[in-house]
Amino acid sequence: MAGLSDLYQEILLEHNSKPRNFRAVDDANQTADGYNPLCGDQITLYLKVVEGVIDDVGFQGTGCAISRASASMMTQSIKGQSVEKAKEIFDAFHYMITEPGGELDLDTLGDLETLSGINEFPTRIKCAVLAWHTMNAALSGESKVTTE
Amino acid sequence: MTTTFNVNKIRNDFPILKQQVNGCPLVYLDNGATSQKPQSVIDAIVNYYSTTNSNVHRGVHTMSQQATDGYEGARAKVRQFINASDDREIIFTRNTTEGINLVAHSYGRQNIGPGDDIIVSNMEHHSNIVPWQMLCEEKGANLRVVPIDDAGELLVDEYEKMLSSRTKLVSITHVSNALGTILPAAQIARMAHAHGAPILFDGAQAVPHMPVDVQELDCDFYVFSGHKLFGPTGIGILYGKAEYLEAMPPFLGGGEMIKSVTFEKTIYNDLPYKFEGGTPDIAGAIGLGAAIDYVNDLGFDQITAHEDELLRYGTDALSTIEGLKIIGTAEHKAGILSFVMDLAHPHDIGTILDEQGIAVRTGHHCAQPVMQRFQIPATARASLAFYNTKEDIDALVKGIDRVIEVFS
Ligand SMILES: Cc1ncc(COP(=O)(O)O)c(C=O)c1O
Repeated sequence: MAGLSDLYQEILLEHNSKPRNFRAVDDANQTADGYNPLCGDQITLYLKVVEGVIDDVGFQGTGCAISRASASMMTQSIKGQSVEKAKEIFDAFHYMITEPGGELDLDTLGDLETLSGINEFPTRIKCAVLAWHTMNAALSGESKVTTE
Repeated sequence: MTTTFNVNKIRNDFPILKQQVNGCPLVYLDNGATSQKPQSVIDAIVNYYSTTNSNVHRGVHTMSQQATDGYEGARAKVRQFINASDDREIIFTRNTTEGINLVAHSYGRQNIGPGDDIIVSNMEHHSNIVPWQMLCEEKGANLRVVPIDDAGELLVDEYEKMLSSRTKLVSITHVSNALGTILPAAQIARMAHAHGAPILFDGAQAVPHMPVDVQELDCDFYVFSGHKLFGPTGIGILYGKAEYLEAMPPFLGGGEMIKSVTFEKTIYNDLPYKFEGGTPDIAGAIGLGAAIDYVNDLGFDQITAHEDELLRYGTDALSTIEGLKIIGTAEHKAGILSFVMDLAHPHDIGTILDEQGIAVRTGHHCAQPVMQRFQIPATARASLAFYNTKEDIDALVKGIDRVIEVFS
């Protein structure tokens, strides 16, 4: 059985206390808000996409350690990537979180793999995927998503 | 007379409390969401389905009569429990939410019009906000909200100022589910009546903790849920003064709520059946009756004394934890310890406690306006029942130590 240390890995706690790209992007051209009404998590994601590449990304909002760290790590992993690549990373991440025991695409995931322990905590999956669904919404031109 | 309060003996009556969760003995501190059921309630339901199951009020056969006796017997227990004067004033519903919606639908639509005011407070559960918002939208009426202070007390002076001849209904919680505040219900009712407005109390969080006397409160409507009162889910109560219920149109049309039906004219049934369309939750009512018997056997003198002591003990213990803030510090409180921590979000607190078998609720507790008032996204909430112990509080404190350990 997964224990707390699988969930609250050091890297997650570190991203929670010092989130990367935790700021508004003034010249963002694709933004979206994500809500998790069950726990009150809220995130605004800012993307600046130039010629199919994510030039800059930032986020703001309030949330638990898992949603915050997941958002922070997501911004790191998609910054400078093509939109297509970002969607691949989304797929790999989503699969990792929702399919316990599945084979992981480690090349695509990189550091994100350290969040895999969350898949043993069904009540926290929505926290982990909030930022990711928000990114998907922003990339497809929707301005609002909720995970519930 | 009741015997001395022996919490270990009481715990033995609740089979679920013997469970292990995540390898640890269950510490159940989520009673505000729903309470656990004593064996006597479980037995009453099993016994009903094993020996008596039949429909009520319609068969000539023996079991149907027994089912009817059980169902109506439960109604009489509820009447005594809240000291209503007449069984006809006790309507079985599904839960608190349905009771409030029934009043909004049947009383509200007939009596509330454009420009009228409905008054609620800033510490209502969503179920005592949304039905009124829907009604206001339909009728062009206004929802007025009585503010609260930083401790979570209702600002009674502000309430007084809000009351006017436009006030057509006041609907306020008796005990706040997010903060634990016990409101001055009798005073609130008196003030509403002074302006000719009827008063509804949401008693969902009150009835498990304190004796309620609807005649003493002089309220016009009182609603609660069986499942928070150690009874089953699916059964709730609407108390209404007969004069109001008589004048109100039915809620759900169908069987049970009629005397006679022709295509020309249908004659509605008498109280309370007029508001109980369709086959009711017979087993649920009988289970609720058994829960009331159980609570009466313990007696509120002892329940309140035990819970007050636990609440004091818990408040003291949590107050010493650095970086933890209790939300809801009213002078009169029942059963609720809501808190936030600098280090960790409530959701993380909840997961770490759960790993140690401690069940609390985290989130906005269906009271988002309370969260907005305190400018927090959520709280962690430990909510007590009479079967909780000081050891449960000690486990909570130890659990919180673990939260601090993980996050620092
Ligand atoms: C104060 C209050 N009102 C209403 C409700 C709604 O109760 P139910 O979901 O049983 O209808 C609750 C339950 O959480 C509550 O605490």
